[in-house]
Amino acid sequence: MNALLAAAGIDPWIAICSLVTVVITVGMGFWTAGKSKSAGDFFVAGRSVSVGWNASAISGEYLSAASFMGVAGMVMLNGYDALWYPVCYACGYLFLLLFIAGPLRRFGAYTIPDFAEGRYDSPVFRKIAVCFVLFIGFFYTMPQMKGAGTTLAYIFPGLHYSVGVIVVGAVITLNVSLGGMKGITLVQAFQYWLKVFAITVPIFVLASIVGHYQQHLEANKTAQETVAAAPAGIERKALTAKAPKDEQWIAPFGSLTTKAVDTAIKAAKTPEEKAALEANKKPYSLLYTYSLIIALVCGTAGLPHILVRFYTNPDGVAAKRTTMWVMILIGVFYVFPPVYGVIGRSLMPELYEAIGSKGTDKVVLELPTLLAGRDHPLLGSVLSGITCAGAFAAFMSTFSGLLVSMSSALAHDIYGRMLKPESSPEQRLKAFKWAAVIIGVVSVGLGTQVEKLNINYLVGQAFAIAAASYFPLLFMSVWWRGMTMRGAATGMLVGGLMALGAITLTTLSDVYAVQALADFWVAHPLARILCEQPAIWAVPLSIILMIVVSKATASTIPSDVRMKMLVLHAPEALGLKQEYIKEHEGLGGH
Amino acid sequence: MSESPSTPDSIHTDAFLARLMRDQLKLSIACALCFVVALVALPLLNYFQPEFMAQRVFGFTLTWLILGVLFFPFVWIISYVFIKRSIALEDAEAKAALDGLTK
Repeated sequence: MNALLAAAGIDPWIAICSLVTVVITVGMGFWTAGKSKSAGDFFVAGRSVSVGWNASAISGEYLSAASFMGVAGMVMLNGYDALWYPVCYACGYLFLLLFIAGPLRRFGAYTIPDFAEGRYDSPVFRKIAVCFVLFIGFFYTMPQMKGAGTTLAYIFPGLHYSVGVIVVGAVITLNVSLGGMKGITLVQAFQYWLKVFAITVPIFVLASIVGHYQQHLEANKTAQETVAAAPAGIERKALTAKAPKDEQWIAPFGSLTTKAVDTAIKAAKTPEEKAALEANKKPYSLLYTYSLIIALVCGTAGLPHILVRFYTNPDGVAAKRTTMWVMILIGVFYVFPPVYGVIGRSLMPELYEAIGSKGTDKVVLELPTLLAGRDHPLLGSVLSGITCAGAFAAFMSTFSGLLVSMSSALAHDIYGRMLKPESSPEQRLKAFKWAAVIIGVVSVGLGTQVEKLNINYLVGQAFAIAAASYFPLLFMSVWWRGMTMRGAATGMLVGGLMALGAITLTTLSDVYAVQALADFWVAHPLARILCEQPAIWAVPLSIILMIVVSKATASTIPSDVRMKMLVLHAPEALGLKQEYIKEHEGLGGH
Repeated sequence: MSESPSTPDSIHTDAFLARLMRDQLKLSIACALCFVVALVALPLLNYFQPEFMAQRVFGFTLTWLILGVLFFPFVWIISYVFIKRSIALEDAEAKAALDGLTK
């Protein structure tokens, strides 16, 4: 068996660790499937999940392929600027905690579309909200699929990228359609701990042998230093041609944020044009940084598959406690992926030469194998096996969570509320299962198209759309009594769609190399930055539209708005808590 | 949204709701400001004081140490303070409203 695997270029340890992760995930799904009976179990795990379990489960669901593989790859590729990703992924939860988590849970709705309808008494608004669940969800599944394809292609050299996408997509879809939400709460919680183990243990072992985080960082010289003073004992391979220079890599405003202007400078014809562009480089780069920060921080507070988890808390206080624990759990995790990127830059610069799934995105998987060249062949394989298991846990858990929230949107909102309001719970469960299959198939189809794009970049785009649509909706609906349905819908639709359109433009020109667009970006680097990172204009636009349209339609403020606001804000001890969806109806017609 | 019979009438006034929301929003905004100031300031410092931010601290550059490591505990502290105060605030509000009922 071993000889066979070795002949195919497959490391048995890596294959075994990955297989075990998949088997445990699927096994837990099956095991809990027997326990998920009612619709409530399927959609919100019966609202009975404890703070510890729920915090682990949210963290498990949140730490996606982008966090596990993408952040390390992006730090390796772009250096300092990419650090904003892990930091804002983790710290964005603060906005969720401060403004949204508690009130939203008190309102007691199953999904964001439930909230949208409940807050404004408008079924039309529900439909709009459902569309956004699907938009954001699909944008977010693409990088997960990309992670799956990359990892499988790494484990089984020679396997085509799209085969990995299809296999993983099929396994998870099966799992979700069997277990629903309750099934995955347990699995997600387990996978959080697996991911933390898989990211920390290999890097501690590795760092103790090849040198620590700060030592490898010190080996990169800053603009002020004339020579790179690598500390004693730190080896460094020569950088390859495509690798960014030390002083750009380690300093802010590097290749990530200046790419648009750099492309324009290369194409500039006269020295005057070049000089003008050079002068704009740094201010534009600052603008890019702020827009990225807004997208990530506000986007975290608006991700539908994360928000739905807050409904599994027993009350608003538990929802707040859960959020704090989530911040600690994911914050601890996010310290580590950049370490892989930094050490990878020193020791595996050859990854800079390839793009996509063969390039820096696989640094987390590949870095531990370095130990094989340092007289620890077994240790290298085992550790690489562990990081592969973590990668599996990462894209499987996030994809499961997305699949549940998107299938819920289809089954609960579209089928159960719009198409067949009179359907029985059995019919709805069946609809949930079919919805999971449909969405699984679409996600796999989309996933096969994005091999060339950077995992983390794709996730950032999903965040930007969430930031311009759901975040303003939730924030304003929770805190402003004067909001009307029309105001909320206009702001969310225009902000979200403009962000979606801008992002699609940049993605299309990157994937399919549309020449006309590429020329336009070269001529207008500022437009390129604002399209690539639309949050800086789309979020304020959405909020302003909400205010203006609400003022104009002030006569349509829901008549019982005071009661709704009380339910959102009054402490539970006052007995105002109303389950918008009554549990006892959960079996009848929720 | 039927009203629960056990809740005191005093909480169904605009004044109560306004106070409730104002107190909680004040706390949230105060905590958010700490966070936003840090988020806005770090890129500005990088922009205007690049040499200062690039100095070495334990091998890291200062700005890398702040963003890659120190930012996380900073946010944990804000959230811990917020949770403590927010729960205390809710308890006080509930108690005040229920006391109004017994009088």
